[in-house]
Amino acid sequence: MNCRNCKNNSVITLPNSNISLCKKHFNIYFERKVRKTIRIYNMIDKNDTIGIACSGGKDSMSLLYILNKIFKPTKVKLVALAIDEGIKDYRDPNFKFVKSFCKKNKIKLHTFSFKKEFGKTLDEIKKKNPETIPCTFCGVFRRKILNDKALELGVNKLATGHNLDDEAQTILMNQFRKNTRASAVLGPVTGIVDDPKFIRRIKPFYFLTEKEITTFAFLNNILDKYAECPNAKLSYRNSVLELINEFEKRYPGTKYNIVSSFLETLPLVKESFKNKTIKTCKKCGAATSKEICQACVLLEKLN
Amino acid sequence: MKIKVFIERTNERKVVDAKDFNELFKKIKIDPNTVIITRKNELITEKARLNNNDEIKLLSVISGG
Repeated sequence: MNCRNCKNNSVITLPNSNISLCKKHFNIYFERKVRKTIRIYNMIDKNDTIGIACSGGKDSMSLLYILNKIFKPTKVKLVALAIDEGIKDYRDPNFKFVKSFCKKNKIKLHTFSFKKEFGKTLDEIKKKNPETIPCTFCGVFRRKILNDKALELGVNKLATGHNLDDEAQTILMNQFRKNTRASAVLGPVTGIVDDPKFIRRIKPFYFLTEKEITTFAFLNNILDKYAECPNAKLSYRNSVLELINEFEKRYPGTKYNIVSSFLETLPLVKESFKNKTIKTCKKCGAATSKEICQACVLLEKLN
Repeated sequence: MKIKVFIERTNERKVVDAKDFNELFKKIKIDPNTVIITRKNELITEKARLNNNDEIKLLSVISGG
């Protein structure tokens, strides 16, 4: 099967189309799609300091790679932030990969850990709270570290490797749980209103699928050995992922349709939450919609 | 045709009798949207032709965590 644009062998058939591309033309397509998403949603301004959340997986490594390629010649400053949750035999190898990439490309890397910030590794939390799915703690604590540390480092936007698959899953998870408020902060640029205590998140891979990102990572030698979090299969997200993938197989275009129909209603959802006051957490001072932020609620549970 | 398959996510090795990728994916019960395919460390698509004794790797596209 040949590339649509030249006679070279194709490396991918783009999702929901019959278009096949070779390595060279897929890399061009990928970069154009990222640039277009950044431009349309005004994600990055010329004097921004962008924090890139890096786990070492294919999404964050591809994000680091492409943002470095696009913005290295500009005034935009990039820094990488990595969090060690403390999951035995899972995070350590990936961390080495992030470190060597950042060193090679002269990107400042800041590393943080659950142990240092909260006094416990995720494995220890899991052991102490066997009745709670560890992903509940992990997601909340990771978001807290990223937001707090980005503020300290003078980062004004946080870029994450969230892709079309992730967003489709999150939209459905919020629907299934009737969590409209959580949906209101989704989208290519997160947040409802500007607040100095919240760092806006940007998702340059919003319209790219996992398959496209894995292909990009493989072609550019940034796809490390596959490692799966031992807790992943326990998560609610995993059940939704399996459901959506089954639908996508039977009804191609499902993921894209979930996300694009969501984007049509998102301005209305955001508008309905615009006047809700942002409060200050009575314990840690972080911005929150409640009296005490979710991280402090969970920390109290731990102690 | 005999095809040697390595499935990265489950760390499994299988020998499958299949004439094309469509048949191969059906036999090993893997959704082609959830993997990328390599042969001799080159990326290929599911539309590529299979040859007898091909050794292919299926790399997972699903995030690990």
